[in-house]
Amino acid sequence: MKLAYWMYAGPAHIGTLRVASSFKNVHAIMHAPLGDDYMNVMRSMLERERDFTAATASIVDRHVLARGSQKRVVDNILRKDQEERPDLIILTPTCTSSILQEDLQNFVERASIISNSSVIFADVDHYQVNEIQAADRTLEQVVRYYLDRSHTQEALDQFVTDVPSVNIIGIFTLGFHNQHDCRELRRLLRDLDIEINQIIPEGGAVEDLKELPKAWLNLIPYREVGLMTAMYLNKEYAMPYISTTPMGAVDIAECIRQIHKKINTLASGSSNKRRVDCEPFIDAQTRFVSQAAWFSRSIDCQNLTGKKTVVFGDATHAASITKILAREMGIHVSCAGTFCKHDAEWFKEQIQGFCDEILITDDHAEVGDMIARVEPSAIFGTQMERHIGKRLDIPCGVISAPVHIQNFTLGYRPFLGYEGTNQIADLVYNSFALGMEEHLLDIFGGHDTKEIIEKSLSTNKGLIWNPESRLELSKIPRFVREKVEKNTEKFARQKGIRTITVEVMYAAKETFGT
Amino acid sequence: MSVKIDETLTVECETGNYHTFCPISCVSWLYQKIEDSFFLVVGTKTCGYFLQNALGVMIFAEPRYAMAELEEGDISAQLNDYEGLKRLCIRIRRDRDPSVIIWIGTCTTEIIKMDLEGMAPKLEWEIGIPILVARANGLDYAFTQGEDTVLAAMAHRCPEPEICLREREEMIQKVLAFPSREKDESHGYANHPSLVLFGSLPSNVVSQLNLELRRQSIKVSGWLPAQRYTDLPSLGDGVYVCGVNPFLSRTATTLIRREKCELIGAPFPIGPDGTRAWIEKICSVFGVEARGLEEREERIWESLKDYLDLVRGKSVFFMGDNLLEVSLARFLIRCGMIVHEIGIPYMDKRYQAAELALLRDTCTRMCVPIPRIVEKPDNSNQIRRLRELRPDLAITGMAHANPLEARGISTKWSVEFTFAQIHGSANARDLLELVTRPLRRQRNLEHFGQNTLVK
Repeated sequence: MKLAYWMYAGPAHIGTLRVASSFKNVHAIMHAPLGDDYMNVMRSMLERERDFTAATASIVDRHVLARGSQKRVVDNILRKDQEERPDLIILTPTCTSSILQEDLQNFVERASIISNSSVIFADVDHYQVNEIQAADRTLEQVVRYYLDRSHTQEALDQFVTDVPSVNIIGIFTLGFHNQHDCRELRRLLRDLDIEINQIIPEGGAVEDLKELPKAWLNLIPYREVGLMTAMYLNKEYAMPYISTTPMGAVDIAECIRQIHKKINTLASGSSNKRRVDCEPFIDAQTRFVSQAAWFSRSIDCQNLTGKKTVVFGDATHAASITKILAREMGIHVSCAGTFCKHDAEWFKEQIQGFCDEILITDDHAEVGDMIARVEPSAIFGTQMERHIGKRLDIPCGVISAPVHIQNFTLGYRPFLGYEGTNQIADLVYNSFALGMEEHLLDIFGGHDTKEIIEKSLSTNKGLIWNPESRLELSKIPRFVREKVEKNTEKFARQKGIRTITVEVMYAAKETFGT
Repeated sequence: MSVKIDETLTVECETGNYHTFCPISCVSWLYQKIEDSFFLVVGTKTCGYFLQNALGVMIFAEPRYAMAELEEGDISAQLNDYEGLKRLCIRIRRDRDPSVIIWIGTCTTEIIKMDLEGMAPKLEWEIGIPILVARANGLDYAFTQGEDTVLAAMAHRCPEPEICLREREEMIQKVLAFPSREKDESHGYANHPSLVLFGSLPSNVVSQLNLELRRQSIKVSGWLPAQRYTDLPSLGDGVYVCGVNPFLSRTATTLIRREKCELIGAPFPIGPDGTRAWIEKICSVFGVEARGLEEREERIWESLKDYLDLVRGKSVFFMGDNLLEVSLARFLIRCGMIVHEIGIPYMDKRYQAAELALLRDTCTRMCVPIPRIVEKPDNSNQIRRLRELRPDLAITGMAHANPLEARGISTKWSVEFTFAQIHGSANARDLLELVTRPLRRQRNLEHFGQNTLVK
């Protein structure tokens, strides 16, 4: 038992639901009590999703507790099958069903005999994995299910495409800037003359998964989700994969080189010999398309030299941003950390030599203490770090989930690819510039030192607020208090009332409506 | 399945596959209401994640609530629950020094049968802070019913009637020094038994309702909950109680059965019609003649005219998730709207009897049929009905709001009604402000011409 106020990664079933609702025509049914279908709200609010989220609950209530789910889960699966005709139904366990230990696998088997849709049981344990790990597992499970099925039906076409092609694995709903990153990756691959075979899970159709092995290789933009699938495809279908995140000029170049190397090796074996040199492309993009390299040279960035920062986030983003700050912008990273405890070794290895210390924790208080101790000029972290920054008066750029609605921007804001480097440079520079301005304001005592003498437009001549009404006024939320005060006084003057009592206040409210 | 209340009112019951908030969400408003409390939710990551996301920015303001997050060892009973909770509560006492700690039991504590009620008195004695237990879990309750479980638990802790009596004696002795009648009149209160109102409301709404009753020379002796735990009202034999919210049936039952209070069954003070009926009922129980209520209600309706013009003749559909639905529907029918369906998670026909009667009378008065009331609704059936009926407004949870908007159906997020100030005559305007917002926006965007935004 531990005291917790806040968490970086959600419970396992959220991860499963995110993968399920990213695919087209897949329905997730949670075995959960009332109120656990919170993912729908997040998707509808944060992603501003126009469609109903294909996730519903098979409600666990008192009766289920007493007598077991019995037919209920099966009925719910069959009902969804009838109503929505999904390709796949994923029965998702929650923390509640983990302890009930009902044989959900058995329900799935029974339902799948009758239903038109395929039915699988998400193999995630609430107490073993978190949201991120569960998403990774579920994606692998779905891919494995469809490939195995095609394999047994001998419907699997293992011939690769004529032209070089890749699968992008790990773009999904509620992911940090995933939609924009996806567009940027498409553009990058198009520029490199590489075709995209499939993008999963976002927008992918499960019935097409059998086409996955047609790609020459797999690209895993984020470490957190997709790596398990890539390893499975590598093992079973000998598909190579690249897991270098194309974030920041250096790593983008690295990623492109790896892709080319793989493609050239594969091409040399086939009749289709297309050896291309990617270096001119990288050079042109780095120097002229991306403004980031030039920005690092410019005077602006010079001023950032040696400024102290702290970076915290998921493994992918925290590692990439640390490297960008340290080696591409010359900024001093005092501490870099991640909440992906399960991936700590990889993280440490990545940022070795780019920061003074490393923090691996999922306790936000520990992160807060570290920030307070380091006193950086800017923080790059999650929404939590942004709030820590607010309290400590340190600017913060948000670089990783968990995030808030403002991080689901309508405008184009990729973090990956060459446009991503520009976005990151802006983000970094704006965080510092704001910090600097604040600092100067502090030294010179603010923009406007002349005291404002009369702020209120109302002339409360002769009006007396009695102590009770004064107290009542103070209870009104600050943002409407002034308006209430003004309206009450206006009302009192109209009525010729001299002393304002609580009754007068509410009579005014009834008249003016505020 | 449907149950008839009387010949005109029927309550249907569907499958219960609907979206609502988990009842543990009540900590979000209760910890702010009860200033010296600390809420400890004993549950899993799922509960924590819900609270963190549902409460948004509030979490960053150092809230007086936390999760006692159960780990695998707690579930398999390898760890000692009592020791675990003791450790956390001692830490809470050290960091926050609250006057009361409220344990919120969740689905997990229910399933593993963690004996919170058994442990609380022992630990309370050991650490010297009152510990209340409320089982606000998703197995049994929906959303606002969480508050009901907390208040029901709190009712047991209200001061004993003995103290109440002693105080009264002391007061009588003091009063005896003066002519008693004059004293009474100087306060302007009628001579009536003590009245305690129950339901958590923001403090200025509390004063507004107190004031409404003071106008009828009725004195409110206290509220459950009060602003501070240490100020809980005295309860006991002969104390009259009255609810201000439709979801407080357990609390009402506890007050009647355990605390021996007299319940005044009245419609709820939502909308000017509800407020008037609520006051009238209290007055009639105390034998006080209500004065000026009719003119007052008339005046309020008059001041709402601009909004009423906007809603008149428009139709509305309640999907149902917070139990305020019947009261809101009754108010909106009185405003001239047509209600297609009142979805509601749970319908306590006894506790809501007066409200249901007012709904029936309002329908008769406005010459509209009584809308169907659907208990434990089924969201996918409801969406089908919504598509057929195409109401002007759907009052629904956030999970459905954006998808419905994209299909050209205006929506109002139902949770806002639980957080906005909607009680009493003075807030009727705020209530209509909420209801008309989507309609006004619709009007403003009329010429934009993009009503359906899905393929």
